[in-house]
Amino acid sequence: MRSLLNFIHTYHFIILFLLMEFFSFFLLIQYNDYQRASFLNSSNQISGSVYKKFSGMNQYLSLKEKNLQLMNFITDSRNASLTSFKQEKVPLMNVYDSIYLQQYQFVPALVINNSINKTNNYLTLNIGRKQGIDKGMAVVSPFGIVGVVKEVSANYASVISLLNQNLKVSAMFKESGYFGSINWNGSNYQYVTFSELPSHISVAIGDTIITSGYSAMFPKGELVGFVSEVDKSETGEFLEVKVQLAVDFKRLQHVMVIKNFLYQEQMQLETESSHD
Amino acid sequence: MIKLFQRYILLFIILVLLQVWVLNNIQVSGYINPYLYVLFILLLPFQIPNWLLLVFSFLLGLVIDMFCDTLGMHASATVFMGFLRPIVLQAISTRDTFEAGTFPSIHLFGFNWFIKYSLLLVFSHHLFLFIVEAYNFNAFYLILWRTLVSTFFTILLIVLSQYIIFRKQ
Repeated sequence: MRSLLNFIHTYHFIILFLLMEFFSFFLLIQYNDYQRASFLNSSNQISGSVYKKFSGMNQYLSLKEKNLQLMNFITDSRNASLTSFKQEKVPLMNVYDSIYLQQYQFVPALVINNSINKTNNYLTLNIGRKQGIDKGMAVVSPFGIVGVVKEVSANYASVISLLNQNLKVSAMFKESGYFGSINWNGSNYQYVTFSELPSHISVAIGDTIITSGYSAMFPKGELVGFVSEVDKSETGEFLEVKVQLAVDFKRLQHVMVIKNFLYQEQMQLETESSHD
Repeated sequence: MIKLFQRYILLFIILVLLQVWVLNNIQVSGYINPYLYVLFILLLPFQIPNWLLLVFSFLLGLVIDMFCDTLGMHASATVFMGFLRPIVLQAISTRDTFEAGTFPSIHLFGFNWFIKYSLLLVFSHHLFLFIVEAYNFNAFYLILWRTLVSTFFTILLIVLSQYIIFRKQ
C-alpha cells in the first residue's frame, strides 16, 4: 500500500494527465456523433476479431465434451454392429436372442496416464472393476488396437500398452490372411514388428494388418497398422515386417475396453485341450 | 496570492469570451481558425503545481468545448498541452528555478525564448486538436497544413497581445 502511494505520488502528473485524457476521449466519444461513429466502427472491427478468436478458443475448450459424446456414439454403434455378436450359423441351433449372443461389448474409457518412451510401457484407464473391467480385456481406440488390461482396481485399470515388449498380439494380413505376431522392439513408438511370418509370402508396402482374433482377447479385424518396411535379409525361414501403427500413442485419449463374454469359455477349453 | 488568482480568473473569462464570440467567427479561407485561448495555459505562473496546471487546462478546454458543442475535443488537446508545458519549460530554459511570482512573458525572457516556448506548445495543441477533430489519419497532410497555418495565426495574436496588453509587466 505504501509503495502504491509512493508510486502515485511520484507519477501523479502522468497519472492525472492520462486520467484526464481518458475522460476527455470518453466525453468526445459519448457526445460527438462523428467520433462516436468512427470509434464504434473501428471497435467493431477489433471486437469482431476478438470474438472470432474467443469462439475458436471456446470450441477448443469444449472438445473434451465433444470427444466424449463421439466416443459414446462409437461404442454404441460398435455394440450394435454385427461384429459384436457371435455368428451362430450352425443350423442345429436356432436361438436368436441378441442379449445371449452378444460376444463383445465396448466400454468407453479415458487414458489418464500413458508413456511411450520406456521399454515396457503401460497405460492407466479411468475405469476399473466397478465398471465391469477385468484382466485380459482388450483395449482399442477408434483407430486401432492399444493394449490389454493387466491389472484392475476398483476404479482404475492398468493396461499393457502395445509398446511393451512383454505383449504379443496375434495379427494377420487383411488381404492374404497369413498370420503372425505383433511385438514392439522398444525403439520407435510409431512402429512395431510383425514377425513369425512364412518367408514365401509376398508383402507390399502399405498392406493392412489386422488382429487375427486367435488370442481371444481382441476381436477379429481390429486395425493394427500398415506395412512400412519389409525385411527379407533375414536368413531364417521367417519374414519380418515393420508395421506403422494406426494409433498415435503420443496423443491417445479416448479408448474402448472390449469385454468378450465368451473369453472364459474359450480359455477354459483351450487350457483343457493343451493339458492333454 | 488572492489577487493573482483573481487576475487569472479574469484572464480565463476574457480569453474564453474572446475565443467564443470573436475568434470562432473568424475563419480565414474557410478552415484557419486561431485558438488564442491557449494563451491562458502559456501565461500561468511558473510556481503552479503540475496537477493544478492540468486541472486548469482541462477546465479551460471543457468550457471552450461547451460553447463549441464539441465536448472533449478541446479538453483533450488542452490537457495534452498542459502536460507538455513543464517538459517544454525544462527543455528550453537555461536556469533551473524561476523567480517566485513570475510567469512566462516576452519582456522577462526575450522574444526568442518566448516564441520558442509558445510555438512548441501551440503547435502541439493545434496538431492534437486537429487530429482529434479529424479522428483519422487519412488526410494527414491537410491536418498538418491546417495546424501550421492556425499555429501561425495564433502565435501572431499571442505576440501582439504580449506587446499590447501585457506590456506593463
